[in-house]
Amino acid sequence: MATSLSGQVVNLLAAFLLLLAFAMLSQRRVLTLIHLFAWQGAALAASTLIVAHSTGQAHLYFSAALTVALKVMLIPWVLHRLIDRLYVRWDVETLINIPTTMLIGIGLAIFAFALAAPISQMASTVTRSTLGIALASILLSFLMMIVRRKAVPQVIGFLAMENGLFFAATSATYGMPLVVELGVALDVLVGTFIFGIFFFHIREQFDSLDIEHMEKLKED
Amino acid sequence: MAEMDSLPGIAFQILQSVFVVLAAPLLTGWINQCRAWLQNRSAPSILLPYYTLAKLFHKDAVMARDASPLFRLTPYVLFGCMWLAAGIVPVLATDLPFAPAADIIALVGVFALARVFAALAAMDIGTPFGGLGARREMLIGFLAEPAMLMTLFTAAFISGSTQLTTIVETLAHRDFAIYPSLAFAGVAFLMVLLAENARIPIDNPTTHLELTMVHEAMILEYSARHLALVEWAVAIKLFAYMTIGIALFAPWGIAEGGDWGGLPLAVAALAVKLTLAGAGLALIETLLAKLRLFLAPEFLATAFLLAVLGMLIHFLVSG
Repeated sequence: MATSLSGQVVNLLAAFLLLLAFAMLSQRRVLTLIHLFAWQGAALAASTLIVAHSTGQAHLYFSAALTVALKVMLIPWVLHRLIDRLYVRWDVETLINIPTTMLIGIGLAIFAFALAAPISQMASTVTRSTLGIALASILLSFLMMIVRRKAVPQVIGFLAMENGLFFAATSATYGMPLVVELGVALDVLVGTFIFGIFFFHIREQFDSLDIEHMEKLKED
Repeated sequence: MAEMDSLPGIAFQILQSVFVVLAAPLLTGWINQCRAWLQNRSAPSILLPYYTLAKLFHKDAVMARDASPLFRLTPYVLFGCMWLAAGIVPVLATDLPFAPAADIIALVGVFALARVFAALAAMDIGTPFGGLGARREMLIGFLAEPAMLMTLFTAAFISGSTQLTTIVETLAHRDFAIYPSLAFAGVAFLMVLLAENARIPIDNPTTHLELTMVHEAMILEYSARHLALVEWAVAIKLFAYMTIGIALFAPWGIAEGGDWGGLPLAVAALAVKLTLAGAGLALIETLLAKLRLFLAPEFLATAFLLAVLGMLIHFLVSG
């Protein structure tokens, strides 16, 4: 093994991140979904921290702290309150059954790995091999947004996608400039609040958070 | 592998095969004891499986009137398959003269052969429960097998060989490195182990409700020495699976072939690992509830997914 210990730990965390992406894809309960999202944030923060330590990039410490504050604490807490208020703790309905979803997920992961292989050969960062995993978790979150019928899991899928993007940025180029990271973090936070408000509006309008009802809008 | 046909190698082989067959009921007894403790029951003796086997061997066998020779033959086939598996898996030493005869794919095939015979024998009598159990067993088996193969392939890719002995030698001698792929494969293997050995999330080995049985429903018609052989084969199968898991994911302490000095250490290491693994299995069985049968495909699809991910990650991060 040529990679250093920190590289190995980052690889392990990347694998954990991918595992969590699959776990979210296969999860039926909204509450567990939020816990998994928080875990994903924690894995992301840990890997950012290790990359920061091994490369000496000071701004990565800051972005790791930001990740912990936002994605492990604040957003899961907001989502918790949201599902309590909306009273939607129960099972999530999926459009495709879960084994099929997971098989599609494997296909996506292979696609992402194949896509990232030439890019990571050119890159010179310690974390280059994790680019494929980052890409795969973005695609998996995207898949989750597609196969879920209710609004809350879709939003969690969106947030998980942002996690994947963030991880891709860390693994490809040691993170984005701090200003961009701050902007994205703020966007995500504001996005979550706006989604929260939308949830109430959607439910008020249709008595349900099923997105399918939105299709009826155009017929009026 | 140099002294493949040497006398010590063959002695090791025979010793190990006999050891596995004799020690397997002890592991079952230990797991049952742990389960009883965890469930706040007074535990049966750790030697209970031996007493049960002895009792069954002394009874007169009762055969169904319509039983064909296949039904009579199956317990011996099951026992033979499991004994063969016990001869292939490196339990105490890595240099087994029999091992080159069968690699991991053949090993999975041996387990499959046993499963097919068990299912045929269950259908042979024509009782509804036998047919029901056989069909369920085949459903679980055909889903568990690809996951099992993928798990073994991940280890095979790391060591560049499908020989179980070579894999174990490579993994035991590697430098310390974190293999995410092996972590995935390990979880997948655990799930397959639970499913294949009729353990709790998939099947309940202690159930008395015929309608929820999978494995037990298949062997309802067996009695006396036939039942004893089947039960013994089940114990050896569990032992073999656990030692495969140990060989792949925690191979430290195993004796090299021809190295008699390493044997006491190997036995001690194996005893410690199996004690922990048995207690762990009992804990899993106590914490989990049995899944509905129709959730079994989901459980095994997850195992397959993890195994495939492990293999993919091996290629991606070359570790």
